[in-house]
Amino acid sequence: MWLTRPLQERSTRIFLGVLFAALAIVSVLHVFMPQDSALYVSAYTVTLLGKYLCYALLAVAVDLVWGYLGILSLGHGAFFALGGYAMGMYLMRQIGDRGVYGDPILPDFMVFLNWQELPWYWLGFDMAWFAFIMVLLAPGLLALVFGFLAFRSRVTGVYLSIITQALTFALMLAFFRNEMGFGGNNGLTDFKDILGFDLRTDATRLGLFIATGIALAIGYVICRGIVTSKLGRVSVACRDAEARTRFLGYRVERVQLFVFVVSAMLAGVAGALYVPQVGIINPSEFSPLFSIEIVVWVALGGRATLYGAVIGAILVNYGKTVFTGIMPDAWLFALGGLFVLVTVFLPKGIAGLLFKPGKSRDASNTPSAQEAAA
Amino acid sequence: MSTSKLLGRALFACFLLWAGDLLAQTEDAEAHQLLTVLAESSSTQKKAAVLQIAGSGDVRSRGWLESFANNKLGRIESSGQFIIVLENRGRNWTVESALTGENLGEISRRDIDTVRVNNALRNELEGILSVIDLKSPEEHSRLTAARALKGSVDGTLAERLPELMNDEKSDAVRAALTEALAIYKVEEQGDVAAVATLSGSLNSEARAALQQAMRSDDAALVAAATEAMASIEQKLTLNRAAETLYFGLSLGSVLVLAAIGLAITFGVMGVINMAHGELMMLGAYTTWGMQQLMPGQPGLALILSIPAGFLVAALAGVAIERTVIQHLKGRPLETLLATFGVSLILQQLVRTVISPLNRTVITPDWMSGSVMINEALSLTLNRLYVIGFALVVFAGLMLIMRKTRLGLEVRAVTQNRAMARSMGIKATKVDILTFALGSGVAGLAGVALSQITNVGPNLGQAYIIDSFMVVVFGGVGNLWGTLLAGMALGTINQLLEPWAGAVLAKILVLVFIILFIQKRPRGLFPQKGRAAEG
Repeated sequence: MWLTRPLQERSTRIFLGVLFAALAIVSVLHVFMPQDSALYVSAYTVTLLGKYLCYALLAVAVDLVWGYLGILSLGHGAFFALGGYAMGMYLMRQIGDRGVYGDPILPDFMVFLNWQELPWYWLGFDMAWFAFIMVLLAPGLLALVFGFLAFRSRVTGVYLSIITQALTFALMLAFFRNEMGFGGNNGLTDFKDILGFDLRTDATRLGLFIATGIALAIGYVICRGIVTSKLGRVSVACRDAEARTRFLGYRVERVQLFVFVVSAMLAGVAGALYVPQVGIINPSEFSPLFSIEIVVWVALGGRATLYGAVIGAILVNYGKTVFTGIMPDAWLFALGGLFVLVTVFLPKGIAGLLFKPGKSRDASNTPSAQEAAA
Repeated sequence: MSTSKLLGRALFACFLLWAGDLLAQTEDAEAHQLLTVLAESSSTQKKAAVLQIAGSGDVRSRGWLESFANNKLGRIESSGQFIIVLENRGRNWTVESALTGENLGEISRRDIDTVRVNNALRNELEGILSVIDLKSPEEHSRLTAARALKGSVDGTLAERLPELMNDEKSDAVRAALTEALAIYKVEEQGDVAAVATLSGSLNSEARAALQQAMRSDDAALVAAATEAMASIEQKLTLNRAAETLYFGLSLGSVLVLAAIGLAITFGVMGVINMAHGELMMLGAYTTWGMQQLMPGQPGLALILSIPAGFLVAALAGVAIERTVIQHLKGRPLETLLATFGVSLILQQLVRTVISPLNRTVITPDWMSGSVMINEALSLTLNRLYVIGFALVVFAGLMLIMRKTRLGLEVRAVTQNRAMARSMGIKATKVDILTFALGSGVAGLAGVALSQITNVGPNLGQAYIIDSFMVVVFGGVGNLWGTLLAGMALGTINQLLEPWAGAVLAKILVLVFIILFIQKRPRGLFPQKGRAAEG
């Protein structure tokens, strides 16, 4: 079966092994080490690592469409944020009457705006199962509609990149509006608990961290399963020579649509896990800058490798944490420089440095080689 | 020259001086007499004194009466000299002579005897003052006064207006007076005949008068007023449409300026330059820098910034091309990422080196203000200049593309790079020159933007997505497409704004373009030719 095949691969086993080992070590150090020990991992660090893992899952989703389908999406932040908003809405409803205004149904910002009842699209979000389905459905549906329109009319290359950027920009403007009913500028925040567990306790934070790790593992296996399946080969063919694949009789737009929707759903899950750990979701997640940043994580780690995306996401975000801590002004220089250096000097990313090209089947088939030949 | 002659001349000169002085003295004596009457007459007789001053024809009379109405006309107790108070805060007041206008410095307020005015008289003074203005020899000041009268005519003035209108030579002033009188008649007397005069007027006071008439009990008046109102509404709608179109074209020309450079580089090199917005920002900062270098001459600095902004941005563009883009030939998506990195660096550079805050760019006098077409429609000058500038830049680029060797080569490379190279065109050179041209135009856009928006590190980001939309909408490599797309998007945005709000209008435009791209993936004017499918 396509999902179990990756588990027999050496690379997937190594990846999963490292990931689970890291999860276990962090958990053990957090729970069993005394607080004053040098090896103790604080709850803050656990949450920070959990955030990195969310970004890693998001990067894997982007790598799936960019690395294996050749679509440079500059709007994946939108899917991430939609998943996050779905989760945020559930968490808002969980607050109940513990909000500032004590309204049992309406979230604080609605009371503040003098709304009388819940808008229809907020109904059902008090139930966890419904919210979790929406985490997948909201980004999935958007990707389905958008992808259907775009791929059917064969919008490709930079055009597609630009309109994905326009998509997330339009959504950002929309979510900034108070009338939308998603908290406007401030977004959704002040969450209390998830599935009955208090979000402020260390145990819940550790649980979320582990859940994110497991989600990343599952996401990785799903992506790996897709790219090693026949569908995955067709999608690589689309990436390298779309017209030829179409002439060979494949329905290119269906392959593109399927992979795009799966990727959007994974991004949504990443967003949903991100929100309870960070404690807020606001329209800035829709900003074009964030979406394009994700792409650079993937580029740094190494395109079309999946594990490279994970490495890139964690490295860049660790760098961001360090930089913004010691010299905040320098961060944009560093990020900008990273964009330039990676694209000019490191086209295969860190993964390309670690493993010599030619050994892996994917690496020998990079689009740059193809385009240079074309 | 003999001594006697010299003496004669000197005597004659003395006589002239004396005569002139005497004339001024008699005039001042008269003026002094007028003011003394005003100051010393009882409050019931003051009106007669005022009318005498108003009728004296003295050029200074307006200033006297105005300061009299504001309690600023006074007399120095010790000398009896009439003064006008300039500054009446504190113990000592700054005053000037009412007769000569000479500044007399500060005088203790105890020494000043203010000429008192009562409320009834003050109200009448307004009308009297406007009559003085209406008698002014300058047509411009008569017109201003006549326009100001609309809605503020009172009974006494209404009686005098017909006589003034008879004496009036200018048609424009007479029309304004007729309208002012008609507003008074409709408002105060419910005059049906006067309603017809107001029909088609764009003045807000006239509308208020008609609305009041529509609420009256007189059926004939209501009918006439309703009819007049309908014709006004129709005219107003037309004017609003013209205004929306103007705003649309002005926004559109900004978009065209921002997008046209992008269209050139994208068309020729297939390169998305995400740093294009930051090149615009450099142009805007160049304007600011020029104005800092030339304090006190914002206009000259602005004109000089046009070539300077072009040069700065073009040089930065060449630097970007040489250091980054040339290494990424044939990898458009990577180029997009790398230039985005450049844009982040440029933004942060400006933040660190200059300031994260917005800079103030001065708008020169000849660019501020507005042209009044009629009372409901006035066009701001700076936007008018930007529209003109955009059209000039567009025409210039068209000329370069159509009439020069460079343009020919650029078009050849755009259509088929490989074929152009095999015909002996140096594609690398064309790349550099095109990139310099496109970036320079971005700099020009920045110079124009500095006049209508804030100059800050985020200036480029605000326009980059919009300019991409214009390029994508218009079709790559087609300047006419860019012009049409920019103007269309600007106008659509402005049309949607009144009923959707600014943000929603923008969202709708973005959604519209996303849908449009589905229908026509290569824009309004797709490139033709065999290479187009590339």
